[in-house]
Amino acid sequence: MDFSFTDDQHQLRDALRGYLERENGFSARTASARSASGWSESLWRGLAEDLGILGVGVAETAGGAGGNAIDMMVVSEELGANLLVEPFLETSVIGAAALGAAGGREAELAAIVSGAMRCAFAWAEAESRFDPAAPATAATGTGAGWRIDGRKVVVTAAPYVTHLLVTARDSDEPVLLLVEADAAGLSLQNYPTIDGRRAADVLFDAVSLPEAALLLRGEEAIERLCDIATAMLGAEALGVMRVMLDDTIAFTKERRQFGQPIASFQVLQHRMVDMYMQTELATSAVYRAVLSLDAAPAERARAVSAMKVTVAGACRFVGQNAIQLHGGMGMTDEVRVSHYFRRATVIESEFGSADYHRRRFAALSRAD
Amino acid sequence: MEIAWSAEEIAFRDEVRAFLTEKLTDELRASGAHMTSVYADPGHARAWQAILHEKGWVAPAWPVEHGGTGWSLAQRYIWQRERIAAGAPPVSPMGVQMCGPAIIGHGSDAQKAFFLPRMLSGEHFWCQGYSETGSGSDLASLKCRAEDDGDHLVVTGQKLWSTHAHAANWGFFLVRTATLDRPQQGITFLLIDMASPGVTVVPTVSPAGENIQNEIFLDAVRVPKSNVVGAIGDGWTVAKYLLEFERGGSAYAPGLQIDLDEIEQFAGEVRGDDGGRLIDDAAFADAIAQARIDVLALEVFEFRAMSDASAGRYPHAIPSLMKIRGTELQQRITELRLLAAGRYGMAYQPQAGVSAGPVHFPHADDGFVGPREAAIAPMRYVSERAASIYAGTNEIQRNIIAKIMGL
Repeated sequence: MDFSFTDDQHQLRDALRGYLERENGFSARTASARSASGWSESLWRGLAEDLGILGVGVAETAGGAGGNAIDMMVVSEELGANLLVEPFLETSVIGAAALGAAGGREAELAAIVSGAMRCAFAWAEAESRFDPAAPATAATGTGAGWRIDGRKVVVTAAPYVTHLLVTARDSDEPVLLLVEADAAGLSLQNYPTIDGRRAADVLFDAVSLPEAALLLRGEEAIERLCDIATAMLGAEALGVMRVMLDDTIAFTKERRQFGQPIASFQVLQHRMVDMYMQTELATSAVYRAVLSLDAAPAERARAVSAMKVTVAGACRFVGQNAIQLHGGMGMTDEVRVSHYFRRATVIESEFGSADYHRRRFAALSRAD
Repeated sequence: MEIAWSAEEIAFRDEVRAFLTEKLTDELRASGAHMTSVYADPGHARAWQAILHEKGWVAPAWPVEHGGTGWSLAQRYIWQRERIAAGAPPVSPMGVQMCGPAIIGHGSDAQKAFFLPRMLSGEHFWCQGYSETGSGSDLASLKCRAEDDGDHLVVTGQKLWSTHAHAANWGFFLVRTATLDRPQQGITFLLIDMASPGVTVVPTVSPAGENIQNEIFLDAVRVPKSNVVGAIGDGWTVAKYLLEFERGGSAYAPGLQIDLDEIEQFAGEVRGDDGGRLIDDAAFADAIAQARIDVLALEVFEFRAMSDASAGRYPHAIPSLMKIRGTELQQRITELRLLAAGRYGMAYQPQAGVSAGPVHFPHADDGFVGPREAAIAPMRYVSERAASIYAGTNEIQRNIIAKIMGL
């Protein structure tokens, strides 16, 4: 048993952290999020060209870094700590995993590595709640290819990506299709999300696709893809929580009331101890999930659902208390914990709420 | 002991309902029902206040001689419940509930004659200047200075968390006129015309992107001494009096019950994790039931406080207990709203509700996706985090109770 990182992973973390501090500090990041487009094209290019980070999980044969899940976890955590809004998860985790699993998609994988391709993951529907494997969106074989009809909701990054990864139903099986963002018959209603990102509801009205649009088929393939995404979202949450805890400790040591730093009050000390404990337990749950991604489907799914429940609870506790311990300042746009709190709130329900994953865990446990 | 309302109280409830049905326009009803925070927007609040003023119902807690209703505590409780249930926006509390009582209890005859009628009519819209950067929980340490200059006090300093200061034409302030042994001494309660030279209001943007709170900068603002409420240096007494004025009259349970009704109705219209309606989902139904059970206990707790206060008894721990439990339940109910909203709770769509101030974050101008309830849910969730911080953090409230318990 060994939970230490390799030297390469330490270097990867340090390089990425230093780069993001220089290139995407909090005010730069917030300016991009609030710009008209809602993201930074130059930062995206920098992540590809200066750091080569967009291909961290792409095989070397396709021009990527050939990293494993732990490398991706390291990157995801740092991006979380930076509160990056650009679609790394959607592109370099979900897109790369789907294209990699599909096989024979070297050109598209190379486009991910170079930064030319940006993906959004269109899985959720108004009527499907959090179940990714039961889309109502229809994929109909046309002989020459596919036709898609349906509506996807809150598709993060959709307003500015080049491609959508779309779940749909082909007769009784879920499939995943790759759709170019400028395809005819596709229309978007754009809006921001509470964590300062951009999203859209996407309508597919007889969108016609070539045969090669099909990437994945079957419930297990979709579930696996979502488990990978959820695990890396969990890693991102660790970075988000780390900053909230560090900022809260620093603030309470500095803030004085009744003639002393408020960090000297025992009730606040115990609260911060609990925040720390929740973060450590969330970290442990993320490690199990990430190390189970190649395990048998049921074991993988159980580890990921257990992780999501633990991380969702930690995100809520750490987020709410980071605000509380910042007092009135926590309720302003000026302090960064208020931004991290909102990201933590979105992470709680992204890819399924704690209730959803508790239920999934229970069902998987019964099936054993 | 008797837990039921009397026949007279039920008749009063029916009178209130009839009034609300007759006078509440659809627009006002929507402005109260779709608030994105606990605050109404000043425009709708003032329009509703004008209607109440005509009826003489602006100030339920004031004595009749000053234009109040003369209602019993039970009547005030009923009024509050019916108002919220009907979706009427709340009247801004800063004038009628905060500054008004200070003037009634400690103001001069001239102050009463000038300010109280204008407060009731809504001609004066009030804001509060209490907290400062270094003085939040430790309010008595405030530093905003008022220098004596003959007939005037000259005020210099900075105030924070002033609700709707950007919309207010008058403010009530705590300022320091002397530095003495105890920090509570040497504080003066002062009314300041917000149009005075030297007053600058700077918006504070909340994590929900709304400008409801403000910072107020005062730079050598000249205020006539006739605007001091009570004696110079005796402001702490006045501030404490106004906090105690509404003892027994505040209640969280009515609003919480209405919130839960709304969530249950919404949960009957959307899908849950098991494929059926959300309201039929066992985990969700349990969470709603637990919240209802907790609100039921709080409701009787509030009835008991009201009954005690009617008999002239004011157990000291009650307001703090009520504040802690009321705000914790408010916050939990916003979590249930967010849970019910599902994925649409991720979308930032303040335009689907009614914000109490200008919105500073990027958002679509009109139209929204998903149900309106889902769009409002994250706004309420984020905004309500303030409830355990404002008016004395819940940690400070627990300290107060511990002291009263003799610990």
